[in-house]
Amino acid sequence: MSGVRVLVGTVKGAFIFESDERRQQWEISEPQFPGWEMYHLKGSPVDQNRIYASQSSGWFGQTMQRSDDGGKTWEAISNEFEYATDPGTHQWYDGTQHPWKFARVWHLEPSLTDRDTVYAGVEDAALFKSTDGGQSWAELPGLRDISGPKWQPGAGGMCLHTIVLDPNDEDRIVVAISAAGAFRTDDGGQTWKSINHGLKSEWELPDPVAEVGHCVHNISMHPSKPNTLFMQKHWDVMRSDDAGDNWFEVSGNLPSDFGFPIAVHAHEPETIYVVPILSDQFHYPPEGKLRVYRSKSGGNEWEALTKGLPQENCYVNILRDAMSVDALGSGGVYFGTTGGQVYCSPDSGDTWNTIVHDLPRVLSVEVQTLA
Amino acid sequence: MIRVLLPGHLRTLAGSNREVALEVPSPITQQSVLDALESAYPTLRGTIRDQQTKERRPLVRFFACKQDLSHEPLDAPLPAEVVDGREPFMIVGAMAGGCTPAGAE
Repeated sequence: MSGVRVLVGTVKGAFIFESDERRQQWEISEPQFPGWEMYHLKGSPVDQNRIYASQSSGWFGQTMQRSDDGGKTWEAISNEFEYATDPGTHQWYDGTQHPWKFARVWHLEPSLTDRDTVYAGVEDAALFKSTDGGQSWAELPGLRDISGPKWQPGAGGMCLHTIVLDPNDEDRIVVAISAAGAFRTDDGGQTWKSINHGLKSEWELPDPVAEVGHCVHNISMHPSKPNTLFMQKHWDVMRSDDAGDNWFEVSGNLPSDFGFPIAVHAHEPETIYVVPILSDQFHYPPEGKLRVYRSKSGGNEWEALTKGLPQENCYVNILRDAMSVDALGSGGVYFGTTGGQVYCSPDSGDTWNTIVHDLPRVLSVEVQTLA
Repeated sequence: MIRVLLPGHLRTLAGSNREVALEVPSPITQQSVLDALESAYPTLRGTIRDQQTKERRPLVRFFACKQDLSHEPLDAPLPAEVVDGREPFMIVGAMAGGCTPAGAE
């Protein structure tokens, strides 16, 4: 392995950073798609030069882009996301029903085995799939059959933001929706089940253990243990060892168990990372200290990682898609903030360096480990 | 030829100049101009009007001859000055638009 490429989506364009395996000196691109909201960019695990990108604008809606040369040039691909069936209504913030309407693509998840197959998680929540490199999209509508009218939007909208592909079973997919919960298919997306047993939302739902309605913020999995899932919920850090059928809390000694992203170390399937945020009311770190917390025991026992991160007067947030890891030997960890900083730890979180200080608000960070 | 002025973001997306000239079959209406524009520049599909309903996006407006035509019927004839090419048909991003409420929180 020779280095890394970091794909950063911001509210005013995308940026691409590249470095060798030392991750000390970075080449930083000019803004890509300047002025556009770049919710997510992600590279194909099969072809490191194939990158998919979600490009949107409050004025001009959703467009989609694809690169076949590692982000040097881009080609517009289909932006036609049509629900396969009448989506009807979902619950609005005030509990009334509200028309279901496409707004944007939040997350792109390229296939683990085919560079032309890619999934798109959208708002209002649905899962789409393309098998032709993004030239066309088809919804997997069975997902919305699981109590769709009971789903409701979180602060950013009713979005399908997390897509986890099982490396051992291409028919198994886990997705998460705010605020509906987690769902799994075992037949390639034809039928789905809710996998929210064990989640509790005492302040958000009238029935704290309802089948759907939970505000799941992010889910991560290590490819060597696909039945073990880690979840950052609105409140609570959760773990499942049976592919989501049952969840138990592993928040342990965290200073706050509210947060957005959760990531798993590339080589240590029980080493996980979260960034505690004070609360859903404040959306900034406790005590004004930016601390990544690492557990080497798969949860419950957490240590603060602070070396190189601001430990006073820091009031940024880290959004759900804004943390990623690389697969170099020492296990790099990356995250971006709403204040426009992108940090890199080349040593599993022990120390942190700032790659850039002053980008627009960071929406997503993905890392490609380059061969 | 019908002259159409595009806002900056759409110029970038289309890879075009600020003004594009289009052959548009009669009758010359908002709908026929937008059909011709999307045919000539497929990357603009969905950015000005919804792909399924053909409704104008809420933060897009249409101006011509110093008039706001945004709320005119899609099949209403455009002004003669647009039809004969003396004036452009302007596609405009709303002045206060472009912001979404919360971002990816």
